[in-house]
Amino acid sequence: MTTPKISLRDITKRFDAITVLDAVSLDIESGSVVSIIGPSGSGKSTLLRCINLLEHIDDGELLLDGTDISIPGFDPNTVRRRIGMVFQSYNLFPHMSVLDNITLALRRVLGLSRVIAQDRARELLTRFALDDKENAFPDQMSGGQQQRAAIARAVAMEPEVLLLDEITSALDPELVGEVLDVVRELRSTGMTIVLATHEMGFARDTSDLVCVLDGGRIIESGSPAQVFGAPQQERTQQFLQRVINAGRL
Amino acid sequence: MTPGSLSRRQIFERAQRRKSAVIATASSAIVIALIVALVPKMPRWDRVRTSFFNAERFRDSFPRLLHAFILDIKIFSWSVPFIVALALLVAITRNSRSPALLPLRVAAIVYTDIMRGVPVLLWIYLIGFGVPGLGMDRPWNSPLLWGSVALVLTYAAYVAEVFRAGIEGVHESQRAAARSLGLSNMQSLRFVVLPQAIRRVIPPLMNDLVSLQKDVALVSLIGPVEILRQAGIDKSKFANFTPYLAAAAIFLLLTIPLTRTTDWLLERERRRTSATRVR
Repeated sequence: MTTPKISLRDITKRFDAITVLDAVSLDIESGSVVSIIGPSGSGKSTLLRCINLLEHIDDGELLLDGTDISIPGFDPNTVRRRIGMVFQSYNLFPHMSVLDNITLALRRVLGLSRVIAQDRARELLTRFALDDKENAFPDQMSGGQQQRAAIARAVAMEPEVLLLDEITSALDPELVGEVLDVVRELRSTGMTIVLATHEMGFARDTSDLVCVLDGGRIIESGSPAQVFGAPQQERTQQFLQRVINAGRL
Repeated sequence: MTPGSLSRRQIFERAQRRKSAVIATASSAIVIALIVALVPKMPRWDRVRTSFFNAERFRDSFPRLLHAFILDIKIFSWSVPFIVALALLVAITRNSRSPALLPLRVAAIVYTDIMRGVPVLLWIYLIGFGVPGLGMDRPWNSPLLWGSVALVLTYAAYVAEVFRAGIEGVHESQRAAARSLGLSNMQSLRFVVLPQAIRRVIPPLMNDLVSLQKDVALVSLIGPVEILRQAGIDKSKFANFTPYLAAAAIFLLLTIPLTRTTDWLLERERRRTSATRVR
């Protein structure tokens, strides 16, 4: 058996007295797409932030290619170079053009020259249908365009894993499709993707593994067919029923 | 509607704009007319006019004051870079998160509290008279030097608070995005947080700099002959207050263009980077 790209072992995270993640264990295989679904406040975002070391975990281990990256003193910047992240509210840098947003880390973290960084950025902008937006500032673009630019910014670093944190939740319904198309395209290149999402249809159609998070625990996980078709846990059934009632599946 | 012709709405809005312009002009004219008509009716207006609005004294003092003002500008110019640098350092220190830097954070807090808690004038006296009193050789005993140091130390404390507010006003998600790309803490601060913070605090920063431009005159109280001192000398010599009025005019000549230019620069920046403005 090959080593998983990322292994979570009994990850526990508390904010003061509240346990947000309660001994979460999960193996993410290289090249797979893993969807984390579950009610609001179940810990989906925190889980992704822990994987990117944006949150300090209180217990457990986090392995990247079999190496423990959660030990104290481990340089988080080397990890983040290999794990990209896209956020719900895009988090583009508002004082920079789209091109500068993408090239900043290429130049300052990877040390690429301006010319090479811009070439790489333009290539991605073309790929994500943003060719005419390189000089636009984030506030001048639609939400869908901003999110595609934010994905381009993360993908430009050529990460081994991409974490997508509810990337369509802030978008108008008609803009969701264009962003999900970009994710489908990334999946076809073999990138390992972990997404927290409320887009159940998308999770069902594109995931290799679906995990249901509830109260900080993974209560159920399996193939989309298993989780959506024949959920074993009562809580999962209730959650999916609510989603169906809301017209979201 | 053909291109070039005005729609009914546009014609109406144009009429509205003209109406407001007429009202604004008329009300300003009335206020000015009232001042011109009423002030000369005051009992001692004649005396005030000769001692504050003496054209000959104004013409005579103005060039001398302008010359003395060069010193104010010099003090201002060499103080500002040190103020900004020190203030940034203090603000960044106060916003640092590493537990190892706790002593520095405490030092930064104590510094801002002490410097802001005492009047600027008092610091100028304490540092400007105190340090040269140690008996160092020239140029280290210059009141001009230590007066400037007092200004730098006090103003850096105020400006540091302005920067700190700016840094804290940048949403945490910006830092998260920067760190998620692998930028270090210092890189995130330098390329992502500070540029946004500084843009936001330019208006309050200008406010502090205009204050500084005026407080430079306090340095005259420990010796150097700058514009306020020169105006005082002229006042005593001719027993006339007009030089003070001339000095005030000179201050305004500098501060008003400074603030207008900043506003214009900010507006241009805003237009460049943001979406359409709401009415």
